[in-house]
Amino acid sequence: MEAPLLRVEGLQTHFASELGTIKAVDGVTFDVPRGGVLGMVGESGSGKSVTGLSILRLLGSRNATIAGGRILFKGEDLLQKSEAEMRQIRGGSISMVFQNAMTSLDPFFRIGDQLAEVIKLHQGLRGKAARDRALHALELVRIPDPVAKLKSYPHQLSGGQRQRVVIALALACEPDLLIADEPTTALDATVQKQIIDLLLDINRELGTAIVMITHDMGVVAHMCQTVAVMYAGRIVEHGAVEDVLRSPEHPYTRGLMASVPRLHTEASAAGRTRQRLYQIGGSAPLPLRLTDGCAFAPRCPEVGPECWTVDPPTVGFRDGQEAVCHRRAEETVEEDLRVRA
Amino acid sequence: MSSTTLDGTALSPVPSVDAVASAVKRRSKPALMWRALRRDKAAVISIGVLLVLALVSVFAPLIAPYDPLEGDATQRLEGIGTAGHLLGLDGQGRDILSRLIHGGRYSLTVAVLPVLVAGPIALLIGMSAGYFGGRVGDAVMRVLDVLFAFPVVLLAIAIAAVLGPGLLNVMLAIGITMVPYMARVVYTATVQESAKEYVEAARAAGATQGQILRQQLLPNVLSPLVVYGTSLCGLMIVLAAGLSFLGVGVTPPAPDWGVMTSDGRSVLLEGYGHVATIPGIVILVAALAFNLIGDGVRDALDPHKQTS
Amino acid sequence: MAGYLLRRLGGMVLVLLGVSLLVFLIMQLVPGDPARTLLGPTATAEAIAAVRQDLGLNQPLVNQYLDYLGGLLRGDLNNSLVMAQPVTEIVFPKLGNTIILAAGALVICLVVGVPLGVLAATRQYSLFDRGAMFLSLAGASVPVYWAALVAISIFALQLGWLPTSGMYDVRNPGGFGDLLLHLVLPAATAAVVPTAVIARLTRSVMVEALQQDHIRMLRANGVSERQIVWRHALRNALPPIVNIVGLQVGYLLGGVIFIEVVFSWPGLGGQLYTSITANDMPIIQAGVLFIAVVFVVVNLVADIVVALLDPRTREAVR
Repeated sequence: MEAPLLRVEGLQTHFASELGTIKAVDGVTFDVPRGGVLGMVGESGSGKSVTGLSILRLLGSRNATIAGGRILFKGEDLLQKSEAEMRQIRGGSISMVFQNAMTSLDPFFRIGDQLAEVIKLHQGLRGKAARDRALHALELVRIPDPVAKLKSYPHQLSGGQRQRVVIALALACEPDLLIADEPTTALDATVQKQIIDLLLDINRELGTAIVMITHDMGVVAHMCQTVAVMYAGRIVEHGAVEDVLRSPEHPYTRGLMASVPRLHTEASAAGRTRQRLYQIGGSAPLPLRLTDGCAFAPRCPEVGPECWTVDPPTVGFRDGQEAVCHRRAEETVEEDLRVRA
Repeated sequence: MSSTTLDGTALSPVPSVDAVASAVKRRSKPALMWRALRRDKAAVISIGVLLVLALVSVFAPLIAPYDPLEGDATQRLEGIGTAGHLLGLDGQGRDILSRLIHGGRYSLTVAVLPVLVAGPIALLIGMSAGYFGGRVGDAVMRVLDVLFAFPVVLLAIAIAAVLGPGLLNVMLAIGITMVPYMARVVYTATVQESAKEYVEAARAAGATQGQILRQQLLPNVLSPLVVYGTSLCGLMIVLAAGLSFLGVGVTPPAPDWGVMTSDGRSVLLEGYGHVATIPGIVILVAALAFNLIGDGVRDALDPHKQTS
Repeated sequence: MAGYLLRRLGGMVLVLLGVSLLVFLIMQLVPGDPARTLLGPTATAEAIAAVRQDLGLNQPLVNQYLDYLGGLLRGDLNNSLVMAQPVTEIVFPKLGNTIILAAGALVICLVVGVPLGVLAATRQYSLFDRGAMFLSLAGASVPVYWAALVAISIFALQLGWLPTSGMYDVRNPGGFGDLLLHLVLPAATAAVVPTAVIARLTRSVMVEALQQDHIRMLRANGVSERQIVWRHALRNALPPIVNIVGLQVGYLLGGVIFIEVVFSWPGLGGQLYTSITANDMPIIQAGVLFIAVVFVVVNLVADIVVALLDPRTREAVR
């Protein structure tokens, strides 16, 4: 089997806080194949954004440390790279796009100059060559009137256009991997759809692999091939998107699916019955992990006694779908017994 | 494609406001501030330094080893560490330590009292201009703009020069100079606070103008003024002593620290640096203490830096 | 658009009118009779009455102010009461010398204050940051007159590196080099407080600038930390820095009075001091007025520079 473009193995990212060590990312493992699109879903504070930042080692804050694991990009461990080598990788072969489209560009510099700065940095192009490359990047993200936009300042662009420029910045040097951290959050619903479609097109045309960090199951269904569901710093379920969406195995994933409004089902279209959305009770915990046991136990509708005290096992299903849950483990054992009997 | 955000609607990870409110014990603002300030070592030390300076000034006649005005011509200009005169003697043979101890009575009063008097005046001007706004408010602020055209130091010197030297006149000069600056701080805070919902709510609930000003706005406008006023005290110690240094402030032979620095200037070229240097250091220390407290109070009032 | 400029200029003219009125009124409050100051204590009552008539002191206050304002616009500020010379001839050269001193101090403020603040911001909460910020708070608390005396005592008297006073060597006045040599100590002492203030403000706006979203975007694109700090963050922090520098010019123009007195620098501040002692009102009036005018103009320029610096407001200024 071909080695994946990105392999994250047992990643541990910890934050020192007054309450103790917060394991924001606690043993996360996943692969992204070349040209693949992985969705990372979870609530705020589930560790999905921190995972994205950890890959590029952009945690910045002095109380954040990557305490363990490996991040293999094209077979090389990014955690072993020097800061200078990382700078070559950032924006060169791995790019990142953040959620605040309105404020992700420097208000004091022209769009063209901001693009040229990155192009010069990674491709050594200057002057006209850099300008052409910048123009190409703007065309790639389908900005109207790209020549004029080179001379524009960010405040002269709409929110959607700004996010397109941000994506152009990320793609200007043709990276192999794009990490998109909720890139549509600050945008209007219609613009959100355009940006998502743009990312999909780029994935298809350029073969850029994408890690799509989102809390929107709709986005995952629309653009991802695989999905990883994160809860309290751990991946609780992952697998092919069709499998996970059709038959979610972890109670948390089931809760997520049940809480997405189904606008297109026949029931709601025909009967217009005001069905209450399912709501997962309680709130996401701080991943302090003072004890063993499943972090979702306090909110889990299927919780049993062992869930509070013993770390749940990973259970495999068909086609590589996996969930980390005591309940599923029991069921599988029971099924096995029934089959044998 | 559905775009429901799981964070906001379905999962609601944020506990209700009521829960938070009941969990936090209600404490008065000054009490909270004091708790935060106590953790600021520099501010605590500064408060200690100023308390010592104030106490020494109050009990100066009991503490000072010599008369601050009587000199011993035979020992004039003897340096630091002279037997019986820890900090040496000045050009007229007066004990510098004794003069410093008595000088606090002038230098501290001249700087702090005007701030205390100017505060309420600035509150009145700034709050009425900020709350009632309109033409009167605008006019008041335009007049203040004219005063801001003069550099602080220059304005104080000019007013002091016009009034003539003397303890009361210096304080007047300092006070007049400061009112516009303090009023602007109050004005800005009032305009900002007036636009907030709680004021709107109070008005909707039928509160009178006076009630809104006193009960709603005053407490919130007071904190920036206190922060500013504390730092101003530091600036004013330096400025007040400066006026005395130039001869338009406290009149010699009173042992004001500025007067003492000025005395030292005339003997500096003869090579006796200590006479000018020592009182200057005391001015610096007192001013720094006020500034450190000002910084501490600002941080203590800053909700971003407050931890429970 | 010219609208912004016109509006600002209009505002400035109003402020300056207010300034002239205030200066005029303050001087009316001065105890003592200018005619007596002019003629001395031995003058007869008739002579004083004649001079009072001559100076227009018997006219209503409004007329006196209008006369004063008219003279101001014609560049006629009467004669000095002490020196038999027009005020303008005394004040203008002195103002020039003061501007030389203030400009020298300003250069030091910028060269030291801004980098100090930037470096502290990039090392937030480090030992360097804490040390630099404590030092600058101490610097902001320094009494200038004392700093001047200490500077003379150390660098001029004990070490003998620099002259104690004056603008040129008395016996052997040289050219620009001589001026620079005499400028170092006064400018450096005048710069202490504003440098400290600028460093503190620069740190706080840089800390804020470095937390902005687009800085994170630059890091994610591999831009080096040096480029991020000095090219992007500083550029974003520049407007408030320019504003505070404008305000510090005011501090310099006031603070130089102390400096000029201690260093015997032949500037406007020293002249004001002498005139205050001599009760020479026309000079005090003119001196205070000119310093205020310079301060107001500098701040207007600073505001325009700030507007030009930001592409979001640039169009409004043009």
